[in-house]
Amino acid sequence: MRGSEPGLEKKLEVSGFADPASLISMKLLSLAAVVGCLLVPPAEANKSSEDIRCKCICPPYRNISGHIYNQNVSQKDCNCLHVVEPMPVPGHDVEAYCLLCECRYEERSTTTIKVIIVIYLSVVGALLLYMAFLMLVDPLIRKPDAYTEQLHNEEENEDARSVAAATASLGGPRANTVLERVEGAQQRWKLQVQEQRKTVFDRHKMLS
Amino acid sequence: MVLWSIILCAMDNRGFRQGSFSSFQNSSSDEDLMDIPGTAMDFSMRDDVPPLDREVEEDKSYNGGGIGSSNRIMDFLEEPIPGVGTYDDFNTIDWVREKSRDRDRHREITNKSKESTWALIHSVSDAFSGWLLMLLIGLLSGSLAGLIDISAHWMTDLKEGICTGGFWFNHEHCCWNSEHVTFEERDKCPEWNSWSQLIISTDEGAFAYIVNYFMYVLWALLFAFLAVSLVKVFAPYACGSGIPEIKTILSGFIIRGYLGKWTLVIKTITLVLAVSSGLSLGKEGPLVHVACCCGNILCHCFNKYRKNEAKRREVLSAAAAAGVSVAFGAPIGGVLFSLEEVSYYFPLKTLWRSFFAALVAAFTLRSINPFGNSRLVLFYVEFHTPWHLFELVPFILLGIFGGLWGALFIRTNIAWCRKRKTTQLGKYPVIEVLVVTAITAVLAFPNEYTRMSTSELISELFNDCGLLDSSKLCDYENRFNTSKGGELPDRPAGVGVYSAMWQLALTLILKIVITIFTFGMKIPSGLFIPSMAVGAIAGRLLGVGMEQLAYYHQEWTVFNSWCSQGADCITPGLYAMVGAAACLGGVTRMTVSLVVIMFELTGGLEYIVPLMAAAMTSKWVADALGREGIYDAHIRLNGYPFLEAKEEFAHKTLAMDVMKPRRNDPLLTVLTQDSMTVEDVETIISETTYSGFPVVVSRESQRLVGFVLRRDLIISIENARKKQDGVVSTSIIYFTEHSPPLPPYTPPTLKLRNILDLSPFTVTDLTPMEIVVDIFRKLGLRQCLVTHNGRLLGIITKKDVLKHIAQMANQDPDSILFN
Repeated sequence: MRGSEPGLEKKLEVSGFADPASLISMKLLSLAAVVGCLLVPPAEANKSSEDIRCKCICPPYRNISGHIYNQNVSQKDCNCLHVVEPMPVPGHDVEAYCLLCECRYEERSTTTIKVIIVIYLSVVGALLLYMAFLMLVDPLIRKPDAYTEQLHNEEENEDARSVAAATASLGGPRANTVLERVEGAQQRWKLQVQEQRKTVFDRHKMLS
Repeated sequence: MVLWSIILCAMDNRGFRQGSFSSFQNSSSDEDLMDIPGTAMDFSMRDDVPPLDREVEEDKSYNGGGIGSSNRIMDFLEEPIPGVGTYDDFNTIDWVREKSRDRDRHREITNKSKESTWALIHSVSDAFSGWLLMLLIGLLSGSLAGLIDISAHWMTDLKEGICTGGFWFNHEHCCWNSEHVTFEERDKCPEWNSWSQLIISTDEGAFAYIVNYFMYVLWALLFAFLAVSLVKVFAPYACGSGIPEIKTILSGFIIRGYLGKWTLVIKTITLVLAVSSGLSLGKEGPLVHVACCCGNILCHCFNKYRKNEAKRREVLSAAAAAGVSVAFGAPIGGVLFSLEEVSYYFPLKTLWRSFFAALVAAFTLRSINPFGNSRLVLFYVEFHTPWHLFELVPFILLGIFGGLWGALFIRTNIAWCRKRKTTQLGKYPVIEVLVVTAITAVLAFPNEYTRMSTSELISELFNDCGLLDSSKLCDYENRFNTSKGGELPDRPAGVGVYSAMWQLALTLILKIVITIFTFGMKIPSGLFIPSMAVGAIAGRLLGVGMEQLAYYHQEWTVFNSWCSQGADCITPGLYAMVGAAACLGGVTRMTVSLVVIMFELTGGLEYIVPLMAAAMTSKWVADALGREGIYDAHIRLNGYPFLEAKEEFAHKTLAMDVMKPRRNDPLLTVLTQDSMTVEDVETIISETTYSGFPVVVSRESQRLVGFVLRRDLIISIENARKKQDGVVSTSIIYFTEHSPPLPPYTPPTLKLRNILDLSPFTVTDLTPMEIVVDIFRKLGLRQCLVTHNGRLLGIITKKDVLKHIAQMANQDPDSILFN
């Protein structure tokens, strides 16, 4: 839970891109930005032929079976007379036939659909890769280093936790390189998740 | 637009960091201005003469020495210590303190704004930031809802097949422009391939059915497994519906990480997986959680909301409204939902902000147009057939059904969840999810109404049959010879309708049973949609029954006045709608917001009265069978410290019956204002677990000075030991304005007045608990001190109040777990 102390959070924010949590938030925000940009195209985009349709459903009439008509016409032309082609009934019956038909104009954005599905799949893919990394590769390459141990000790000593957090926020062990900082942030995040897991899955204190 | 605001957010953040130092200083000077009277009193009360006798003398000393606030300059030099004024995890915030802090901050900005143009701009941007935040929340939650809708739709269809014209299309969009759609088989087109077509290149026969069946179950299991493992590995807090926890958080509880970035990402991702796995759950509740995460994360961009827990909760209330707004496409309903169901503190300003956030969110979702129907929800219906007064009887019957379902669901679900919480069952969350998914998928596939996604089912049930509808539910016999479109008379049911009735009845049973076991599993799961489905099925069954009854028995007195031959008297879709409202009302006990959500869904104002009748009946019935709604039941199950604002406390107990210490307990742990050393205080801190200590003039007199929080104390002492020269274990800690007179050659003293709350709430020991509970509820207190004749006697915390209420209601008081 340490990483969520406000003071510490501030420090993390200062470190900016180095921290995976903020990376995620960047990803998230850029995702939002992409989605936001998607809002713009429908206004000025050239409505491609596959993005609009006027669909007319005509039920069986006399000896003509029911039929569905699909045409790319603008909204004002979306009626039976324009869309039903060729007209299956002779001229004097057109009006009666068309009264039965139901025409509906519909719009969609294939680009939005495509982009959203691709974004979604790539986020899922990235998370799965990271999960695989955390579960398989990480335990192999990681040696029990001093920093982790220190954090573990703090973890055990629950009373001293807030004190330790205050210490850290006041300028505890300063990491030098970007890599170390990423490492530290990742460790903190892991501990946080571990704590959450204990609360939810082991102790059943919450969300059961 | 969003990019621009992100940049703005970053700038605001940076600007704040530079400005924070000076603002903190000034606020502390502001506080100083207010405690002059307290300062004056400090000198007079150093003995243990009974306080009442000393009043005259006190007054004198107040008038005499009250001007001595000479060294206020010292506080200007005091650095703000990071961490002071924040809260620990699983603690309750003090609304009063937070609100007064915000008022101070606001006052300071207003005062400053007259000084320079820059400060004026700052004050304007500060005032504007709330609305900007709402805009961002609306945009983000609307976009995320669009993402969830589109991908969930796609993944749900992925269980059945894939589009060769572009893998990203779902079934409907795959056949969108196809030339080969026929009137008879409207959802078949060559571009859409079922799995059997892809694997064994045929769609006919038993083997193809088995292949499809197998693939359906396999995909469902895969999605559920992915969902539960992502939740387990990355964000355990992302599971469940989230509304009970958000209710608790909004009432002032702190759960760190519950509204964090990882929770947001994982909840969004796994929600899609969970919905597409075909489990009996909905996305509406989790969407509220997602929107609240957006609100919380965006709060970090604004100084005003980042540092103040009370202000942040106002934002979260509005975010919850935005969440419901996108979940149901009902902006007004969202605002009312936030007001009626989730929020604890809901001033008018928050109402307007929620309104704006809900508006922006709905607009954003509408411009994404996730369902291609220019609506915000899949099950939008539009019919305007009138209803007859007599129909209120079946509507009320539906209300009774909804109430029964609600009570049954709550009772069984809570029993099951308690089992999960206390027995070995809870040790296997992944296996549990997989087993439930497997059972659901295996049972769901053979029945077409369970195989389709629940929102599609609801939309089909709400639908009013026309001549053009091809579904089995609309398979009526057309015995009339009208060539006019428009209003259709009641018709006798065909074979399709009868078989649909059987299938729906089976669906109803499956949904009722499986939802009980699904809600509360360790994946994101909401219960709005399953509840609505149960109600809609029951309503449709009743509606079709009524329709046929009216058709075949037009001579009955109840029908013959208004339902003549060839008239359209009964709309089964309306019954489905009313049933859905009743069941949802029975489970959640919502009334106003429920009706508003339902009529925003349907766009028909003429159905308000049926919906109201059903919602009210179901609430009565459900309340008669069980006191609390599902969210309150889950709050109590988990022992969250939530002080219900709706219930009256009507027992004749007094404050002294509730306060700690009890009669046989050791004395209340207090700090004295100027005689304890650092070591003494540290011993007290390490030996006790209290989260705050009253400060008194002296142990003998027990006259109250203020209240200091444990966390602030720890941080300040630690900070002083590190930063302040000469502070050692024997240093005296003092909370007065001036350091106490000390013999020479003693170590330097430590002044901690800035962390002392000088205005703690006090009641006398004979105050009735009704009033104390009311004070706690209305002011959002965290603790309240009890005095007798002016002497400090004890303390009542929020937890004590909750325990007392539980005890009075004959419940186990130890079920309240957190502080």
